[in-house]
Amino acid sequence: MPVESIFHRLEALLPKVQKPIQYVGGELNSTVKDWDDADVRWALMYPDAYEVGLPNQGVAILYEILNELPATLAERTYAVWPDLEALMRAEGVPQFTVDAHRPVRAFDVLGVSFSTELGYTNMLTALDLAGIPMLAVERGDDDPIVLAGGHAAFNPEPIADFLDAAVLGDGEQIAIAITEVIREWKAEGRPGGRDELLMRLAESGGVYVPKFYDVDYHPDGRIKRVAPNRADVPWRVHKHTVMDLDEWPYPKKPLVPLAETVHERFSVEIFRGCTRGCRFCQAGMITRPVRERSITTIGAMVDNGIKESGFNEVGLLSLSSADHSEIADVAKGLADRYEGTNTSLSLPSTRVDAFNIDLANEFSRNGRRSGLTFAPEGGSERMRKVINKMVTEEDLIRTVTTAYSQGWRQVKLYFMCGLPTETDEDVLGIADLAKKVIKAGREITGSRDIRCTVSIGGFVPKPHTPFQWAGQADHETVDRRLKALRDSLRGDKEYGRAIGYRYHDGKPSIVEGLLSRGDRRVGAVIRAVWEDGGRFDGWSEHFSYERWMAAAEKAGVDVDWYTTREREENEVLPWDHLDAGLDREWLWQDWQEAVSGGEVEDCRWTPCYDCGVCPTMGTEIQIGPTGRKLLPLTVV
Amino acid sequence: MQRLRVRYAKRGRLRFTSHRDISRAVERAVRRAGIPVAYSAGFSPHPKISYAGAAPTGVASEAEYLEIGVTTPCEPERIRGDLDGSLPPGLDVLDVVEAGPGGLAERLEASEWEVRLPGADPELAGVAVEKFLSAGAVEVERLTKKGPRRFDAREAVLRLAVSEGTGRTAAQVPGQSCVILRMVVRHMTPAVRPDDVLAGLRLVADFAPPVPPEVTRLAQGPLDVGTGALADPFDLDRETTRGGEAGPVGEHVAG
Ligand code: SF4
Repeated sequence: MPVESIFHRLEALLPKVQKPIQYVGGELNSTVKDWDDADVRWALMYPDAYEVGLPNQGVAILYEILNELPATLAERTYAVWPDLEALMRAEGVPQFTVDAHRPVRAFDVLGVSFSTELGYTNMLTALDLAGIPMLAVERGDDDPIVLAGGHAAFNPEPIADFLDAAVLGDGEQIAIAITEVIREWKAEGRPGGRDELLMRLAESGGVYVPKFYDVDYHPDGRIKRVAPNRADVPWRVHKHTVMDLDEWPYPKKPLVPLAETVHERFSVEIFRGCTRGCRFCQAGMITRPVRERSITTIGAMVDNGIKESGFNEVGLLSLSSADHSEIADVAKGLADRYEGTNTSLSLPSTRVDAFNIDLANEFSRNGRRSGLTFAPEGGSERMRKVINKMVTEEDLIRTVTTAYSQGWRQVKLYFMCGLPTETDEDVLGIADLAKKVIKAGREITGSRDIRCTVSIGGFVPKPHTPFQWAGQADHETVDRRLKALRDSLRGDKEYGRAIGYRYHDGKPSIVEGLLSRGDRRVGAVIRAVWEDGGRFDGWSEHFSYERWMAAAEKAGVDVDWYTTREREENEVLPWDHLDAGLDREWLWQDWQEAVSGGEVEDCRWTPCYDCGVCPTMGTEIQIGPTGRKLLPLTVV
Repeated sequence: MQRLRVRYAKRGRLRFTSHRDISRAVERAVRRAGIPVAYSAGFSPHPKISYAGAAPTGVASEAEYLEIGVTTPCEPERIRGDLDGSLPPGLDVLDVVEAGPGGLAERLEASEWEVRLPGADPELAGVAVEKFLSAGAVEVERLTKKGPRRFDAREAVLRLAVSEGTGRTAAQVPGQSCVILRMVVRHMTPAVRPDDVLAGLRLVADFAPPVPPEVTRLAQGPLDVGTGALADPFDLDRETTRGGEAGPVGEHVAG
């Protein structure tokens, strides 16, 4: 069946929409392959607007890796804005890829990468526009396998009914493995149809196929058990971990968009995983252990990436970038190399310590010295102990004042509200801290021209973390504390004007909480929200709390039960059959220690404390130092 | 500092790029191509690239112009190839010259436009064009950032002709007839765009095309008022081997 571009039909709609450039593709380094030369074809979706989705590393890496495989083709698709959605419906234009504008339904796989649960409704829009039945059980042999990945896929239960499959963890190797399974099945003439293909994927233990698992409930609503309903399907599905990032130096050919996007830079992941052990941090827990990319590979990737893209900013990504064992040499090496070339370097995630100021100075050598961001997360020392973010107030103030004394004028402090055991005093402690920071900063600089911004968001307990059992704070409590904090900051005559305040109200966090720790019964809520017009839930101008609550009521789902209720140790959690490697007992113990004030060290520098990941997954910590240095390259 | 003048096209789907999209793409292409672009001094240096009258988003063009300041003398033909190779297909570099005396913006006195109207009625188009041309003034209204604005769309139009052809790119049955308008419009303030001329045609003869028009700028340059013909704005640069210091190119964006 020949598959044709729908571009000529789309083109007639583009003059009528906002940001038409987001839909035309044609990015530098994008790939269009001949349809008939490929026997396995992937449509990769980032379920948000193009401007957010294009810079996403996960999609970019898989796009490149899959397109490098022989007889394999991968294209990208993004959520279309409501204005185009309406026109597409009116004209019968289906969901399309931006590379060759092929209809998404023609592909073998629709892989959707979820960084956040708030993209779920956008996936439903895409399925509907594509003409793919929304429920997995209604799909036929001609429909693509709808596959979820990304961090939110570690609990895909709320969208289980809409998914054929989900994959946990690093996507590089499993995407290739899935491709080969599909290739073989197609070459054999698709024996057993869609069902057999899904069986072959499920049997491997590396792909979760929700429909092969049944969920039983207790009369009180708790889950009784989750069990496979077919022989040969494993009880638990494991996450994937790429060992040796140096063997996977992607992106090699970064996509350079014409449209404006949220990150205009070339990004290199300098390591994956984090073992700092912050208890609220799902990303840190599910990506263990730490695997560093070597300084030499980082150097080569940056050099290549700048040449291939023409970007003038390089971002060194990870969950805590200053923790790379050779970060000082990386920083100095790159700053030396790009001296005088108007190339700036950035280190998005940093911890609070003095060492990082030196780093920041190095990084700003070739660019702007605008602002520094630190994330103490908790307002009081007690709170920081609960979340295992071990920063003393003294450290924090010393670090920030060092920054001020070295010429940084603007410091941003990041916090969370609604953490387990939190009281009003803990949140008001943020105001004290901010005032102390300004006071100390004024003393050391002798100037009143310094500012600090307090940025605070609602905490959402996440699966596969020690806080997975915790009751989420209700939005009234969160909003009350946020308001009290605002009043305390604004009301201060001496320091109030030097402190900025940014906060998100508590309602969206409740919806995020429902989706994060929900089970299959929450799917009906997502669908009802979508049917009621819910789109782009990550955007405050589109998000409607009332719509979600009305849908939950209609579906008979008690939102409080899913969010503010604390769970018992032995309650079966919706994601217990999905294995991130973390030992459940260790997580429980860590939850208990959080409440009683116990701390965990980082296993990079202390003995292994048996979180369970390495033995279960057959992985190990991979860190430097390698002792090598970056040689200056001749830059054009 | 040597200055290079570049004529480029925006074609096909890349006609949906905005002026900002293009300037980002050009900056990156300049870096990729290793062109020794000069930077402004100051706290946040930016490359010395300036644009003359960019065509609006959604409008294709065969004649867009920009100027690049370089720190070391470059061979224009080499820059043409390198820059073109570094830009995505659809943003195509057509011509590069070393800047001669005089600013480039002043030379771009008028534009020649082609407007394709798939499925429009050719007879009605002919009548509308005649009425428009014989009118002394045609007041149209356009929504600007400052609210609705009324101005005359007639005076700036030096030539306007209608013909028939077949459609090229838009959503239509292949081979379906297509009205083609060709016009030469003088650059003035407020700028009169093909859209405004279409609004004028609607006003004088109730002529309204069924689908969005496909607009292409074919040329820009010095105007021969007698014939309405446009000359190549680079002619002057080519006449001088090496230009002296000239004024900067005005940075204004149509619309
Ligand atoms: S198993 Fe041990 S070494 Fe591995 S991540 Fe967990 S604590 Fe660290």
